[in-house]
Amino acid sequence: MGQAAQWRLGRSNSTRALVLAATALLLLGLCAISVAVGTRDVGWTEIIGGLQGRAETIGQAAVAVRIPRTIMAAIAGAALGLAGAIMQGVTRNPLADPGILGVNMGASLAVVIGMAWFGLVSASASMWAAILGAGVTAVFVYVIGSLGRGGATPLKLALAGAATSVAFSSFTIAVVLPRNDIAGNVRSWTIGGVGGSTFADIRLVLPFLVLGFVLSLLSARKLNSLALGDELAAGLGERVAIARAMAALGAILLCGATTAVCGPIGFVGLVVPHLCRLLAGIDHRWLLPFSAIGGASLLILADVIGRIIARPNELDVGIVTAFVGAPFFIWIVRRQRVREL
Amino acid sequence: MSVSVLSHSVAAGRLLRARRRRNIILTLVLLLACGFAVTLMLGQSFTPPGDVLRVLLGQEVQGASFTIGQLRLPRAVMSILVGMSFGLGGVAFQIMLRNPLASPDIIGVSSGASAAAVFGIVVLSLDGAAVSVFAVLAGLAVAILVYGLSFKNGVAGTRLILVGIGVSAMIDSFIAYILSRAASWDLQEAMRWLTGSLNSVQLSQALPLLVSLMLFGGVLLSRGRDLDALRMGDDTAAALGIRVGMTRILVIVTAVGMIAVATAAAGPIAFVAFLSGPLAARMVGPNGSILLPAALVGAALVLIGDYIGQFALPSRYPVGVVTGALGAPYLIYLIVRVNRAGGSL
Repeated sequence: MGQAAQWRLGRSNSTRALVLAATALLLLGLCAISVAVGTRDVGWTEIIGGLQGRAETIGQAAVAVRIPRTIMAAIAGAALGLAGAIMQGVTRNPLADPGILGVNMGASLAVVIGMAWFGLVSASASMWAAILGAGVTAVFVYVIGSLGRGGATPLKLALAGAATSVAFSSFTIAVVLPRNDIAGNVRSWTIGGVGGSTFADIRLVLPFLVLGFVLSLLSARKLNSLALGDELAAGLGERVAIARAMAALGAILLCGATTAVCGPIGFVGLVVPHLCRLLAGIDHRWLLPFSAIGGASLLILADVIGRIIARPNELDVGIVTAFVGAPFFIWIVRRQRVREL
Repeated sequence: MSVSVLSHSVAAGRLLRARRRRNIILTLVLLLACGFAVTLMLGQSFTPPGDVLRVLLGQEVQGASFTIGQLRLPRAVMSILVGMSFGLGGVAFQIMLRNPLASPDIIGVSSGASAAAVFGIVVLSLDGAAVSVFAVLAGLAVAILVYGLSFKNGVAGTRLILVGIGVSAMIDSFIAYILSRAASWDLQEAMRWLTGSLNSVQLSQALPLLVSLMLFGGVLLSRGRDLDALRMGDDTAAALGIRVGMTRILVIVTAVGMIAVATAAAGPIAFVAFLSGPLAARMVGPNGSILLPAALVGAALVLIGDYIGQFALPSRYPVGVVTGALGAPYLIYLIVRVNRAGGSL
């Protein structure tokens, strides 16, 4: 074990707490920027007015719209970052991410099918459809990716996920295109975004996310055992299958619910845990909270960039995260030895 | 068994295999011809063969001249040209990299050409041949980029595919960015550049495709023997007297050229490049080169896929959605089969 890694493992909890507090402060700063900056330039008075709930000028109204949007970006980012960290832990795979493994696209497809074929109209029904879709897809991809020798290697999982993702994206387009009533949203079912989020959306998604957060954080210690390998974890008295199922359920709840309101957003769950491991080390009890805060920060930042870069139009946050995340994906692939792929 | 009998039976076997391959090629050509005829005759309405012939010969036929001359003929011709380009370019990549997953539509080359085409049209206001040239250059750049990024003590197929998946995710988001900057988000246009579509193609677009097929396709087919030798590994190919580096460059340039020109016309029609090679290999078996059969399979896929998308389903779909819905399960099936066999990809 390298000296650096040892130092990271041995890092004291107070240092970690300090760093965590610093990242939380960073997140708060990003929230402020997200409210202040957007497609329309607004002055300080308008920002303050908007924050107080007034919507007399266009600027104040713009600020008022940005508040739920920022909150949504924060909770969606936290959910995706956390889901990514758990998926990487459960599969012991550095390339795991709800987007790359196709889970988000599966959730999206399930919602679209529910709306087009089964007449689901209520928002909570599509929430359940999304979670169901995410769960089925996760199992499907994991089974395909772990067939044959060597179990779920990064290459096999990533390929199974990418293939599933492409397949589901094709099916999603096929289901949505002929339906004029939902076809206007074909983009949001294949590329996720947080624009147009309302407080109603947040209220809808929050209970699912809270449950997902709790399950995830409860499984942190189990993930630490799983990281040692299945045999060793079992030897330590961990019930491996239950640990895996519980952690995976948490991740599925998180990314399914997020996709139901935002559409499929990729790469957040890939990038954030890797960066957070540099800060927090490999102990999941720290890595998970770090990943949640990191994911929230990243998604808010990506959303702000998307609002500025394509003025006067907006760029969906899913486009920005793919553009930032794909090079990171390539970097991880390059770092791996071929044997490990 | 004496030597002469042995050599006789080898020669007979070779003849048999060559004949089998020829029969398959003939069947594919026949299938294409039938498909072509059907798409000309039968659309929303039926046109008798006599009228179709008269329109093709340049005569004015009441009610059929427009439907066939302006709508059905350009579509059918473009389907075949685009499909052949994708099929041939795709199988060349698969043979060269010795991996069915290393097809240009999976490793990002098609997306790169598509991004260049949409960038050229939306931002630089290019049209005609300029778009094709731009797409070819971008396709080459992406091919070199993916190859370079996967280079680390040599190029491993597995790494190349994963790097390619990453690069194409990035390029697809770039395409979405360009489209979102366009005046209005036109769903049909977006579909064309993301999954491929033959809506509103014109006969005038066939010329660059024809030139690229003759030029690039001709070179590729004439070097088919060298390319097939690469299958056995670089060292074996070199021992057989083949200039490996030269062949590889030639294959990349010609295959990317065909793919990019076709993409500039119809978008990156999903999975045609990926599907054609393995399907052709399954038909031909170990009976000789699969380059030409793959080109024909590609043409058939696009022609039939577009026809299904237009008429066979409850509503109209662009061809890329149909081929995508067909190809993606095959991709999953391929992964399942390889994984279960325990082999490496």
